[in-house]
Order: sequence, then structure tokens, then C-alpha cells
Amino acid sequence: MAERTAPASGRTRLARALGPAAGLITVAVFFALLTGAPERYLSGANLRVVLAQTVIVGLGAIGMTLVMISGGIDLSVGATVALTGVITALALRDGASPAAAAALGVAAGGAVGLVNGLAITGLRIVPFIATLGMLGVARGAAKYFAGEQSVNPPPTWLNGLAVTFPSRKWMLVAPGVWITLALAVAMAVVLRRTVFGRRVFAVGSNEAAARACGIAVDRVKVAVYAAGGLFFGLAGVTQMSRLRQGDPTVAVGLELDVIASVVIGGGSLSGGEGSVAGSLIGALIMSMLRNGCQQMGWPTYVQEIIIGVIIVLAVAADRWRASRAEE
Amino acid sequence: MNLLAGAFPPDSGEMRLDGRAFAPRGEAEARRLGVTHIHQELSLCPHLSVAENVLLGAEPSRRGWLDARAMEARATELLAELGRESLDPRRRVEELGLPDRQAVEICRALAADARIVLMDEPTSRLPRESVARLFEAIRRMRARGLAVLYVSHFLEEVREIADRYTVLRDGCSVATGPLSEVTDAQLVERMLGHAMESLSKGSARAARTAGEVLLQAEDLALPPRLVSASLSLRRGEILGVAGLVGSGRTDLVRCLFGLERPAAGRIRLRDKEVPISALSSGAQIRAGVGFLSEDRQREGLALPMSIADNVTLTRLRAVAHGGWIDLPRQAARAEEATRPLRLRSAGPRTPVHRLSGGNRQKVAVARLLNQDPDVLLLDEPARGVDIGAREDIFREIAALAAGGKAVLMVSSYVPELLEVCDTIAVMRRGRLSPARPVAAWTAESILEEAVGGG
Repeated sequence: MAERTAPASGRTRLARALGPAAGLITVAVFFALLTGAPERYLSGANLRVVLAQTVIVGLGAIGMTLVMISGGIDLSVGATVALTGVITALALRDGASPAAAAALGVAAGGAVGLVNGLAITGLRIVPFIATLGMLGVARGAAKYFAGEQSVNPPPTWLNGLAVTFPSRKWMLVAPGVWITLALAVAMAVVLRRTVFGRRVFAVGSNEAAARACGIAVDRVKVAVYAAGGLFFGLAGVTQMSRLRQGDPTVAVGLELDVIASVVIGGGSLSGGEGSVAGSLIGALIMSMLRNGCQQMGWPTYVQEIIIGVIIVLAVAADRWRASRAEE
Repeated sequence: MNLLAGAFPPDSGEMRLDGRAFAPRGEAEARRLGVTHIHQELSLCPHLSVAENVLLGAEPSRRGWLDARAMEARATELLAELGRESLDPRRRVEELGLPDRQAVEICRALAADARIVLMDEPTSRLPRESVARLFEAIRRMRARGLAVLYVSHFLEEVREIADRYTVLRDGCSVATGPLSEVTDAQLVERMLGHAMESLSKGSARAARTAGEVLLQAEDLALPPRLVSASLSLRRGEILGVAGLVGSGRTDLVRCLFGLERPAAGRIRLRDKEVPISALSSGAQIRAGVGFLSEDRQREGLALPMSIADNVTLTRLRAVAHGGWIDLPRQAARAEEATRPLRLRSAGPRTPVHRLSGGNRQKVAVARLLNQDPDVLLLDEPARGVDIGAREDIFREIAALAAGGKAVLMVSSYVPELLEVCDTIAVMRRGRLSPARPVAAWTAESILEEAVGGG
């Protein structure tokens, strides 16, 4: 058995990515036929709508992929998005330049993640509990900063970040979509090609082994949560730009969509597995589903049931493939 | 082993490395100083590739960017040194079998420039044919000037691979020297210790008569460890199963209780065939079979739950009315079952995690008493238990057998088997010897049968 020439890991990785991609195609074909108007469902205009709607969850999913590969979880995504959106809006209202306001929002997200990481490593709290606590703290802070109401900043170019139809025609899709794609590529490269990326996998795969090999596990974890927080902060800036205001009550439960994206994309709650591409496809699957249901005129509860079933089926299919691969 | 590897510090004594005091504050530091521990449960990252595992923590890189080519080249080089060129360094470790994983772990030791390699029972989970390749790897390490500390129960392995030996008994090193100057018989004697011979045999055995056969097994197999085991267990009999850790004893008991499904063989209970496909622990409990796990922390007991809950867990219906648990009755039942074992506690509502090891084991045994099965399968019933509790437990086991129960008991401690059992069979590398009456065995003959020396 040891002599058997097995597939190189590149091929298994491709096979893993194929599952979510096949799911995406299935959803697209299914609704294209069901709506009876494939040219409308798959039209450039509708795809632009879908992509613009996916930016926030997609950005969150990139950060969450990193966190979940390390064996952790972050439940404070929705609250962080609300908080960073409010902070960006406040900065704009108080006269900051759009770029400075956005940078402040992203940095605030990173700070929230840093606190999460320090709580998890310093106080030895499991990530589920530490970030559950942060969920409350960040949401409360957002309401405090906003004075319990929406913050309306003056209009700036930031508002065009995730619009469905960009003002400059040559961009084809919203700038936020391009930013998300660029960051996804960057994150994928970091995960595959850098020492830090491999150590994130090692910590999530077998923490004791990583520690015994002299890897500073705690430092890796803090970096992972802080980096994840930066992405959640950028998602918050995007959220503010879509609403054109800082709303402290927005994005409740967003973390569940984000986690679902990662899981549909092949990520594992027990760490060591996951890919940025898979997670983004997972996010797209959910957007395509929502969009398709809307076009069919189905009520939202149907969407909710379908997405719930898809999450369970996606993981079951992954388990099934894994057990077959072992034989 | 754990002390040498730096997993935790010694309570007393000191270690010296190259003549200097050696007090690592963790495995990582010991590794840096050149001492590497190859764990029995290997510590690899299953999701990473062979090369990534070999060089974990010391990845070749330029400003944080991995040099994948250098990494694969280095891993290939190290694998070749062990004679394992055929292993593809790009494969994910989770796809590998145990022998290959072990090779990866040894490569990691080489990559860390280890000078001392600690190996704890490295062959215990290996198929026989892979052992030769492991030994080849060890010889190559020796040729490179590495020192290897090899822990094993198997005399033949020690003979084959080692130059010098040290015998540990009950936590003390009792003998050391070159292997060429000692016979197998002398080694066995040192492992046993002379004190054991004075133990009075069969003193605790009451007059028991073996009745009809309750449980029979024919050629049970559960690869890789259990190869073939046949036995029959009678009413009023205590059958002891001796053998080394990892020889397949536990697999045998777990198969008999339905926790594992044997790959081959037949089980008969009270002259009725139990189809392997229908074998389950629930069915075995209903058929009057009881089981005591060797691992009371993780499997045997629910530690945060109370004594009463733990004792009545296998028969909750008996203390319930229509699904509602009758708490006073549950407590009374627990009292009743724990009394003969002289359990010391603050009452049946005490959580089990507050009890000492001996008293926890008494709770696990009390559950069997409350379940009242005809066949008792006991895996290491006195592991990690003080002498007083051991006596209480064995007295109760003897009473059960005298009352017509059939008892099968696995133990690593030979004098205990000789003291308690009526018949003894020995497991060696997954094969169970025929059971012979206890009078036909001595401590030496059991150990020789188990390790295959002499």
C-alpha cells in the first residue's frame, strides 16, 4: 500500500473545489430553467445585482476562512460590521476624507479582531465564547457611538463602492466586487505560499503538533483573528456605503451567512480545511438562491428553508466524498 | 519518556545533556536541544503534505514566502536517508497509512537535527511486515551517530535492534547493561522481580464450580490487532486474559460486547448464535452482558454526573415511572450497589469527578452490580486503583463468580490474574492461547508466552 503511487495533493485539492463549483452551476441552471427566462436570470444585469449583493458576505467569508482554517470561529462578524459601519459614517460626518474614514473603519475591525484573539489566547477562552461575548460588546458599542439611531453622513464617492451599476462603464461590476476578488487572490496566495499560511493550517490541523514543533501558536491565533477583523471591517465600510448611512442595527446574524459560505465551500468547523475560492463560491451559491427565489416571487421563508437544507446537504456530501476517498 | 522529552518537569532528580544540566520547559525546547520524542500516537498535521510536516516550524523561506521546491527537495533527501524514497513528499498525510506516517515523524526528528530520538512502543500499532522497514530506519539513524531510546515490551525486538538495555519495574530502573551479556530468562526475571514469587497463589479463590458455558467465541478477528481468538466462558468461572498492551486484548473484549464489529468469527451466547451483523452494545446489555471499560475517564464514567446517575445509567428504566426518574429510589439503588464495594463518598448525589481513582472505579463496578448481567467483561478492573480499593473490587468479583456469574477479566498485572482467576489465556500479537487452569501457569510462563521470549 505504501508503494502505491497516489494522486499528488494538487489533484485532491482540485477535486475538493469541484464540489462547490458543481453546486453553483446546479443552482444557476435550476433557476434559469425554473424562471422560464434564462436570458433574464443569467443576464449581465442580473449577475451584476447578484455580485453586488455578495460583496459583504464575500468579504466576511474571506476573513472567516482564515479563522476557521486555524480551528477557530468568529461569531462577532455582524456586530463588527455594524460597529465599523457606524464608525466610518461618524468619521465622514465629522469631516474626514472618504479614504481616511474607510481606513478608520477597517482598522476598527482589525482592533475588534485583535481583542478577540487576545481574549482567546490570553484568557484561555474557547473562540465560540470569546466571540459570542464580542458579539454583544460590539453591537452595544455601535449603538452607543451612533446614539441609538442611524448616522447620516454627507454623500461621497464611498457610496459607489458596491452599487449594482458602476458610474464608470468600463468597470463592468461594482468596484467592491473587484476589491473582493483581488483580496481573495491575495489571501489564497498567503495561505498557500507563505510560512504564515502554512502555520495557520498546522495550528488548525493539529495544535499540539504545531506547538511541539516550536510554532508560536498563540501569536498565529492573534494574527488570524486580527486579520479576520480587518476583512469584517471592510465589509462594514461596504455595508455603510450600500445603505448610505451608518446603521447600528444592521447585519444581525450576518455571521451565520458567512460561516455557511465557508462550510458550503469545503471549510471544516474543526479546522485544517477550507479554501478562499470555495468560500466565495459558497457565498455566491447563497446569493444566486436568494435572487432566484425573489424572481420566482417566492416568500422569504422559502429561501430560508432552502438555504438551511443546502448547508446540511453540502456538508453531508463532503463527508460522503471523504469517506469514499478513504476506501 | 515524557520527562526526557520535556513534556513536564520531574518532581525530583536531574537530567544532564552533554554534561550540562538539562531542564527543558517544553517539548519545543527539548527539540531545539536535540531531543525528540516520537509519540505512540503520532503528532502530525493530517491536512498538510509530507514535506510540510517534516519541516514544520523550520520551513525554508525567503522573507516569509515558502520555498516549496527547497522544501520538497529537503524532504526527499531525508526520506531517502531512511530508505523511503518511494514516499511522495507532496502527498497529504491523512492519505498515508500508519507505517508511512511514522516515517514522516522520524524524518521530522532528522530535520530538526535531533541527536537523541525517544521511541515509545513504535511497533505496537504497526503491521508485522512494516517492522523490518522501521528497524532499517533505526539502524540508519544509528549509523548517522544518533542515539535512540527504544521502549518495548517485546524481547525479540529489543534483541534485534538494541545494543544496551534498561529494565523498568514499578517505576524504578532495576537493571541495565549490554544485551549481549544477558539471557532472555534473566530479562524476564528482572521484569517480574523476585518479590512476586512469594505471592500466595489462589488464596482469595473461594470454592467455585464451573457450570454450563454462557459465552463462546470462535476465531474472532479485528484487524490489525486482533488476529484470532477463541474462548468459552462458563458460569462460576473467572477467565483471565493476559498479554501486553496493544496485543489485542481490549479489541477482543470490545468485540464480545459489541462495541466493535469483528471482521470475522462467531459469537454464541447461551447456546444461541449472535449474528455479527446484529451485534451491538445495546443488544448485548439486554442479553445480560456487562462491560467495564479500561478507560474510565473517557468511556467508563460520566464524570460530571452524580454517583447515582452513573450507577443506574444502564438500567434507568428500573428506577423510573413512565419516563420520570424516581430520585429517592435511584439514590437507594445506588447505595445498595455501592455498599458491598465500601465506596467512600458524601452521598449518592456527589459528582463522580470529586472521587479518587479507586472510588471512581468502584462506581463503575457498582454500575455492573446494578445492571446484574450474567456475563461480565472486565477490562483492567484494577488499573490505577489503590491497594484497598483493589481488594474490595476483587472480593466482589469473586463473590459474583461464586454466585454463578461468568467473568472474563483482562489485566496487565500477572500476579493479579494468578490471584483472582480460575483459568488464564494469553494474548500474543492478536492470537489467544487456549485457556489453561491457573495451576498450570506461573508468572514466568505467562510473561514468556506474552513476549515470546525463551
